[in-house]
Amino acid sequence: MPSVRQIKRRIRSVENTAKITKAMSMIAASKMRRTQEAALQSRPYSDHLRQLLADLAAQPHEEEKLSPLLETRVVQRLQVIVITPDRGLTGGLNSSINRTAAQFLIDHEGIETTVVAVGKKGSEFMARTGQNVKAVFTDLGDRPNIEDIRPIATIVSNQYANAEVDAVYLAYSDFVSTVSQKPVVLPLLPVIPAALQDKDMVGYIYEPNSQEVLSALLPRFVEMQIYHAVLEAIASEQSARMVAMRNATDNANQMVDDLTLVMNKARQESITTELLDIVGGAAAVEA
Amino acid sequence: MASFQLEIVTAERIVYSEQVDLLVAPGTDGELGILPNHSPLLTTLKAGEICVEQNDERNYIAVTGGFLEVIGNKATILADTAEYADEINEERAEEAMKRAEQRVESSTSAMDLERAVAAMRRSQVRLRVARRKRTSNSTSRS
Repeated sequence: MPSVRQIKRRIRSVENTAKITKAMSMIAASKMRRTQEAALQSRPYSDHLRQLLADLAAQPHEEEKLSPLLETRVVQRLQVIVITPDRGLTGGLNSSINRTAAQFLIDHEGIETTVVAVGKKGSEFMARTGQNVKAVFTDLGDRPNIEDIRPIATIVSNQYANAEVDAVYLAYSDFVSTVSQKPVVLPLLPVIPAALQDKDMVGYIYEPNSQEVLSALLPRFVEMQIYHAVLEAIASEQSARMVAMRNATDNANQMVDDLTLVMNKARQESITTELLDIVGGAAAVEA
Repeated sequence: MASFQLEIVTAERIVYSEQVDLLVAPGTDGELGILPNHSPLLTTLKAGEICVEQNDERNYIAVTGGFLEVIGNKATILADTAEYADEINEERAEEAMKRAEQRVESSTSAMDLERAVAAMRRSQVRLRVARRKRTSNSTSRS
């Protein structure tokens, strides 16, 4: 049995770990709230954009002048944007999103697939498994703004417009609730506008014309969708980390309790041995 | 006096939401003045300053492009970025503009140049809005 001193040291070390994990869990909780708020704040913009896009797409256009981002092609080359955290300590989140993305790629075996990785965990995984990684974006931070997203959207849109890829998907983990994150793979390109009901037709005056407004709007829409996915991914990361770290804290505290019990037993034992020694010694002297 | 609802939103936040009497926005084809009960309109915006008038008081907001939608008695600006005059740090804006100017001079490819010019134009707008705020403040004080 280890000595009382050894156990004491062990307890102190576990207590320190518990302090760290507790702090991490609290930080993750506050970051998660901030990200949720950011997602909420961006909603008016994205809702409006979607609505305008539906309206614009319903306008008559000359086919050949239509933006390439709307063009649907036979899918021969497919691209997946994998959005993952930069860091670990998120429980099973990182592996579950990587697994989902990998499964999606396996499902499309036979056609050419490429990957754009956002976040270190995904890029490492994709490089390790020998995927064709076209671009890597890392260190977006906990609070990216839309300008950080723009390069991703530009690269992907350009490839699509140049017909280097025929479809682009977004793989990220959807923030369902604090305790539940769901890895999803959703189509990004070509852009498929929502259908517009006749009663929603307003008959805007378009300036310069509906065609040009549409061409200007599409890149924003793509950006917005990626931005939204990144926010979802960050909220998921933080909530997963919060839960993982809370569990770690609970486990550490449990361990401290167990170790304290062991320590008390050890102390009692050593006292008993000492007493026995003294009593035994005294008896020997008396005899 | 009649007024209408104006909302300026970006991808990150709602920048402005108030009843205004007049809105002047930098449309791609030229400045647009919007008064209450305008007919439905959808237009693209270029980098420039948005001017809103509220009870004879004018406010300026710098935008770097976006869209303006007018429908019913409500105008919505979906801006790429939008900043109030007092949010802009003048010194930093000036620095950014100098940097952009340098980039315009040093850029080699056409695409580089285009981007640099766009960046320069944006910083010019921000600077102009920031300065306008200062001058209007100083006149109101005197």
